[in-house]
Amino acid sequence: MTRYLINRALSLATSLIVASLVIFAMIEVIPGDPASYMLGLNASPDTVAALRDTLGLNQSLPARYLSWLGGMLRGDFGISYTYKVPVADLVADRLAVSLPLAALALALSTALALPTGLVAAARRGRATDAAVIGATQLGIAVPNFWFAMLLVLVFAVQWRLFPAGGFPGWADPLAGLRALTLPAVALALPQAAILARVLRSALIETMGQDYIRTARAKGLSQGRALTRHAFRNALIPVLTILGMQFSFLLAGAIIIENVFYLPGLGRLIFQAITQRDLIVVESVVMILVLAVILVTFLTDLAYAAIDPRLRHRA
Amino acid sequence: MKPALILGAALCLAALTAALLSLVWTPHDVTQMAIAQRLQPPSLAHWAGTDHFGRDIASMLMAGARTSLAVALVAVGIGMGLGVPLGLTAAARRGAWADELIMRGNDLIFAFPSLVIAILITAVFGPSATNAIIAIGIFNIPVFARVARAGALSLWTLDYIRAAQVAGKGRARISAEHILPNIANLLIVQGTIQFSLGILAEAGLSYVGLGAQPPIPSWGRMLAEAQTMVTLAPHVALAPGLAIVATVLGLNLLGDGLRDALDPRLRGRLA
Repeated sequence: MTRYLINRALSLATSLIVASLVIFAMIEVIPGDPASYMLGLNASPDTVAALRDTLGLNQSLPARYLSWLGGMLRGDFGISYTYKVPVADLVADRLAVSLPLAALALALSTALALPTGLVAAARRGRATDAAVIGATQLGIAVPNFWFAMLLVLVFAVQWRLFPAGGFPGWADPLAGLRALTLPAVALALPQAAILARVLRSALIETMGQDYIRTARAKGLSQGRALTRHAFRNALIPVLTILGMQFSFLLAGAIIIENVFYLPGLGRLIFQAITQRDLIVVESVVMILVLAVILVTFLTDLAYAAIDPRLRHRA
Repeated sequence: MKPALILGAALCLAALTAALLSLVWTPHDVTQMAIAQRLQPPSLAHWAGTDHFGRDIASMLMAGARTSLAVALVAVGIGMGLGVPLGLTAAARRGAWADELIMRGNDLIFAFPSLVIAILITAVFGPSATNAIIAIGIFNIPVFARVARAGALSLWTLDYIRAAQVAGKGRARISAEHILPNIANLLIVQGTIQFSLGILAEAGLSYVGLGAQPPIPSWGRMLAEAQTMVTLAPHVALAPGLAIVATVLGLNLLGDGLRDALDPRLRGRLA
């Protein structure tokens, strides 16, 4: 187990270092230099020189990379060029929208997918199963931002049950939650479709195993064998998908936040891109990558907890 | 033949026909604006209605199919072209440093949130269809490398491959002559899946303005432009969305159907 942990931790560290190098390098290859890129064509040479100085562009590449990395380790992500406030504060503000949104979407998709997958597997080959398969096929094919527009059309414009966009803040938690409901549903549904399919096929796979036949031979009903024995073993592929979904949810949230005008990380990154605020772009992308790599790492650990065989294989 | 496979093939064929036909003919000129005719509901003259500039939506959908299919196809091509040789090499050198290097590199690409990196790429190099292709294509490489390696590994243990080795064929030649044709099924099925994901990714990138740029029609950008009109004229938002859903659904059904048809053991087990 210790060896497994060390192995995973080493690969986590490698991923993070390579990721930071790639992101740093991409900002570096911007035509011209970051300072003139950020200021545009009409900037005076003095302004460019001043910004070059603030950004530390006169230092050598390795020195800049190390100071960027060192800063992030201390929680210092630099000062946003357009907002003139520390990027860390900006990110913290935006996370108050993005994190609850991702969590709500993940909870919704799991709550929807687990029973659906279970029922489909239990009723394999019957009408219920066929209906679930059809619905999930459709769910996977629907782009979430289009689904979001349809939700707005029906629930915000027609029935006026939810706001069509914007975020009132968490001062009134209920209003905040209402503002996040439609975006969370839009994010959750395609993910729920994937999750339900994976659970269904994993359950069907495990139901074919010898130990399930033994359990059935001992007199366990199909339903009990499914919930007591197969479900736990089918959780491994489900967990993989859940881990991957976090990454999809983060990415999806970037687009969905734009549909609903939510002040989250996704809107921050787009605003930063249009305003050419590279300090924000660089840091927010790094934070998103860090989040995804960390979740992958935690998923790996969770596997080892569920399935002892995996600990020895690594 | 299963009905799902036929439906999938029909939907794909419809998208492909629309895309190819748009090269030589569309009902109206896609760039022709007619403000007087704006936001018209579907009619005989405009089968899918007109948008806020009075452009014919059906014509834009056809031309948009071309953009979507082209971007996704080239992105799959990049993934296959680079990923399959890498996967085959890794399998041929199983356990050696080349295998380790290739597979760790794959894990690394997998660790990145693809859309975030695609956004970074298009932000740095400027939004365009080409950069969207590159951004989507890069993330197809590890997928095909994994599929190719997994398929090839099981083949390397078979007797006829050993016989070829004894006969003096090199690893590269065996990979090309004996392994590749036998994993073609796997690659085709994975190809349709990545193709459908590519269409969704292209639509997403275009929607946020990082894909194909005007005047090149694209389903994602049509949706972005429709967003402010959606309450006035829902058909403007419905048509491009339905086109995306139909194409992606078609590809997924085709992929599932092909997998079942090519591997009878899986029939009915995975859906």
